[in-house]
Amino acid sequence: MTGVDLVVEPGERVLLTGASGAGKSTLLAALAGILDAEGAEVAGELTVDGGDPRAARGRLGLLAQDPDSQLVMTRAGDDVAFGLENAGLPAADIWPRVDEALAAVGFPHGRDRPTQALSGGEKQRLVLAGVLARRPGLLLLDEPTAQLDPPGAALVRAAVARVTADRSATTIVVDHDAGPWLPLVDRVVEVVPGGLVEHGPDWHPAARTAGLRLPPAVDGPVLLTAEAAGFTYRGSATPALPATTAVLRSGRTLAVTGPNGAGKSTLALLLAGLRAPTTGRIAAARDLAAGVRREHREPHRWRAGELVSRIGTVFQHPEQQFLTGRLRDELALGPLRSGEHATAARATAEELLERLGLTAFADANPYTLSGGQQRRLSVATALATAPQVLVLDEPTFGQDAATWRELVTLLAEQRSRGCAIAVVTHDADLVEVLADDRLPLAMTTGERASQRVPASEERNEPGAEPWAL
Amino acid sequence: MAEQAVRPSSVDAVEPGRPGVRWRTVDIVVAAVLGVAFGVVFWAWNLVFGVLAAPLDFFPPLSAILNGVYLMPGVVAALLVRKPGAAVFASTLAAAVSLLLGSPYGLVIVVYGMVQGLGGELGFLLTRYRHFGWATAVLAGVTAGLSTSILDLSLYYPVSQEYPFWAFTLPYTVFTVISSVLLAGVLGLLLVRALARTGALSSFAAGRTRV
Amino acid sequence: MGAVTSLALGPTAGTRLGRINPVAQLGAIGVVTLVLLTSLDVVTPAVVVAAELCLLPAAGLSSPWDLWRRTWPLLLGASSVGLVNVLLSADAGVITGVGLGLRVVGLALPGVLLVATTDPVRLADALTLHWRMSTRFAFGALAALRLVPLLIGEFESVRLARRARGVEAGRNPVARARLLGGIVFALLVSAVRRGSRLATAMDARGFDSGIPRSNARGSRLHRRDAAFVAGTVAVCVAAVTSSVLTGAWHPVFVG
Repeated sequence: MTGVDLVVEPGERVLLTGASGAGKSTLLAALAGILDAEGAEVAGELTVDGGDPRAARGRLGLLAQDPDSQLVMTRAGDDVAFGLENAGLPAADIWPRVDEALAAVGFPHGRDRPTQALSGGEKQRLVLAGVLARRPGLLLLDEPTAQLDPPGAALVRAAVARVTADRSATTIVVDHDAGPWLPLVDRVVEVVPGGLVEHGPDWHPAARTAGLRLPPAVDGPVLLTAEAAGFTYRGSATPALPATTAVLRSGRTLAVTGPNGAGKSTLALLLAGLRAPTTGRIAAARDLAAGVRREHREPHRWRAGELVSRIGTVFQHPEQQFLTGRLRDELALGPLRSGEHATAARATAEELLERLGLTAFADANPYTLSGGQQRRLSVATALATAPQVLVLDEPTFGQDAATWRELVTLLAEQRSRGCAIAVVTHDADLVEVLADDRLPLAMTTGERASQRVPASEERNEPGAEPWAL
Repeated sequence: MAEQAVRPSSVDAVEPGRPGVRWRTVDIVVAAVLGVAFGVVFWAWNLVFGVLAAPLDFFPPLSAILNGVYLMPGVVAALLVRKPGAAVFASTLAAAVSLLLGSPYGLVIVVYGMVQGLGGELGFLLTRYRHFGWATAVLAGVTAGLSTSILDLSLYYPVSQEYPFWAFTLPYTVFTVISSVLLAGVLGLLLVRALARTGALSSFAAGRTRV
Repeated sequence: MGAVTSLALGPTAGTRLGRINPVAQLGAIGVVTLVLLTSLDVVTPAVVVAAELCLLPAAGLSSPWDLWRRTWPLLLGASSVGLVNVLLSADAGVITGVGLGLRVVGLALPGVLLVATTDPVRLADALTLHWRMSTRFAFGALAALRLVPLLIGEFESVRLARRARGVEAGRNPVARARLLGGIVFALLVSAVRRGSRLATAMDARGFDSGIPRSNARGSRLHRRDAAFVAGTVAVCVAAVTSSVLTGAWHPVFVG
C-alpha cells in the first residue's frame, strides 16, 4: 500500500474498513510494530506516541482472528497471566489483575477452566482479557469476530464495547464487515485503492444483497434424502446429530441453520457420503446413483471416484481440501478421479480458472492464495465434476462483500442448472437470498424431525409433502 | 482463512541472505512445532520398528537402514529455521515428546535426541550456517548418521566377538549414514522446499529464497 | 490415535500422583531407565512393572477404557518386541521374550503416567524454575505442544476432505502410505502456519521483550517429592535384589 495519511488521537475509537486485500491488515501490522523487517519495504513515517512503533510495542495490545493461534496456556487464568509474566510482574500482583481482566470481558468461567473446553467466542474474550491485563495504550483488533458464529461475535463486540467505553486506550478495529462495529466507534476510515476515505457519522455500508439478481430455483425431483439419520461418536453418550430428516431436490437449496453443537456440520458429512449414519439412513435417488457399481448402497459406501462426480463437498476451511501444488492440477483432480480423460479434465480446469478470474494464478500453489481466492477455488474444485448435489459448510464465513456476491451468484447458477444444494450456515443474508427450504436444527436430545419451511416466494403454499412433520 | 497479515518480529538487524543469530519467537515456536510433530513420528516409528526390522534379521546391521527417521527433526529444523541450535532443540524435543507418549527406550531417548541433534548441527557448523542447499543437507545427513552410529555402537554393540568390526560395526555405520542422508538430508530438504512452496514459511529466509 | 490423543495435553484432573512435582517424576523416570536398561532378565522388569501398576490408581487411571486408550500402543510394542525375540532369535527362550516385553512396558509406562497426571504448564514451570531451563524455549515448546489437540481434530477433516475430492486408498498399502503422507503434510503446513501466528500473538503480549520473565504459579518442591524419588530407588533396589536372589540377574554394563 502507498500514500496513506492517518492521524488517530489518544482515546479515539477508529474503524478501518475496506475490501479484503486493500491493505487494512498491513497498516495495522505496521502500527503494531511487528511487521517483519526481513519481509517488507517501508517508506514514509509511522509514529506511535510520537516515536517508532517498535519502541512502543510494550504498550500495544493485539487481538487477531483465530483464537486457537493466540492461546498459549492450558488454563484460562494462566493464559491471562502469560502477558503479565512476560512483563516481569511479581506473582502477587498478577492474580488480581487477571481476575479484573476476566471480569471486564465478561468471561463466564473460573480461572481453572481448561482453554480447550471453551467455545470460539469464549476463547476470543479470553484472549482479549489477556491483552487488556497488560493495560495497553493502543488496542488493535484485527477482524476479531471473523471466525465466530453470530452469538459469539456479538458477545465479543459487547466485551470490546465495555472495555473501550472509558477511552483509557486508543482503539483501532479492522474489519471488512463494518456494520456491526458502527455503534462502537467514533470514526470510520475506509481503505480504498489509492488511499483512505473518511466517512461521516451517518455512514452505512451498502448491503451486500443490494441489487443482487440471481437466477431462480427450478423444481426438480428428489435426489438425496436423510431418513431419520443420526450420528453418535463412538464412546460418546449424546449424539452429535439426533435423528434428522432432510430432503434435497434438484434445482433447490436447503439451508441448514442452528447454533453450534446442534449437529449441522455432522449432517453435512452424512449427506456428503463421508460418514455413515449410526441411526437411520441416507437414501440416494436412482437419478443420482445411476452408474454407481452397486447403486442400492448408501453414498458413504460408494467409492470415492463415484462419489466425487455425484456429490460435491466444500469444507469450512478450504486449505484442508487442497491436494496438489498448482491450481490447474487442483481443478483437474476431481474429473480425473471420476474417470474423465486427461485432456477433458485439463479443459475443464482451464474453463473454471477463466470463470473464476484465477487464470493468472494457474501455476500458483493453492495455499498461497488469499482467503477469498481459496474459498472460490474450493467451491470450483467441487464444481469441476459437475455433481448433481452440492454440500457446503459455511461457504461465506469471513468473506468480504465482493467475494460473498460472487459465491452466491455461483451457487445460484448451479441451482438453476438443476443442482441440489445443501448449505450449512450462520449467514442470515445467505439464507435470505438463496434458501428454498430450511432446516433449523436446535440443541435437543430426543428424536427430532425436520420441518420444511417454504422460502419467501412460496410461503403461502401449504407444505403437502408427507415428510413435512 | 485470510492471509496472516501481522508477521512475527525480528528485532535484530539482519544482513540479506544471512539470518541473525538471535532466535525470534517464531523461530522457537516453529522449531518446536517440528520437534513435536517428529516426536509423534518417532512414537509411531518405534511401534513399527520391530516389525520392519524382523525381515532384515538375516544380516543384523541392515536394520540400521531404518535409523534415518530418527535423524530427520534435527536436519529439517536447521534447514528451515537456519539458527545455530535449531537441530539440537528440535531433535531433543522430538525425543522428549516420544518419551511422553510412551517410549520403549525410556529417558535414554532424550540423550539420543540431543546427540543426534548435535550430529546434524555439526554439518551446518561446517558450512558456517551460510549454505542451506543440497551439499549442506547431505553433509548434515552424514554427520547426523555418524553421531547416532557412534552412540549406538558404544552403548549397545561395542566391538567384540559378537559384534566384529568388519562384519558389524562398519556396515552398521554405513547403513545408518545412507539412511540418514536419504531420509534426513534429501527427503528433509524436499520437505522444507515443499513447505516453502505453500507460503507457510513466509517468516523465514527458507521460505523466501527462490529454488 | 489413542496415545496421541492422550497427548491432547490439557490440565489434568487432580490426582494423587499429580501432586508430585514434575521434576521429581522426571528424576524417578531417570532412575527406572538406568536400572531397566542395564538388566536383561525377567525378574527386575517384573518387579518394576508391578510397582508402576500400583501407581495407576494414584494417576487416576482406574477405568479399563482409559487405561487401554493410553497404553494400547505400548502393549502392542511390548508384545511385538517379545514375540520377535522369541520367534527369530535362535537362543532366546520364552522367558527372555517375556522379560524383554516387560522391560519395554517398564520403560514406557512412566511417560504415560507423567502425561496422565501433569499439566504441561506445570512441567514448563518446574523445568524453568528448578532446572533453570530457558523460559523462551520452554514456553515456546509449550505453545507448540498446545497445537497437537487441534491437529488431531483436523486429521479427520483432512481425511474426509480427501475422500470428498475423490481420493481414497482402498486396500493398496502403497496408496495408503501416500494418502497418509499427504494428510500429514497438510497438517504440517497447518501447524507451521498456526505456529507462526501464535508466535506473533506471543510477541504482542511481550514474550520477546527481553524483560526477565516472572512466574505466576511457582513450582515448589516438598518433602513428598524427595520421598517419591527415594521410593523409586527403593523399588529398583528391591527389583535388583530379588533378581540376584533368584539367580536371574543378567546385567548389561553400558558405556
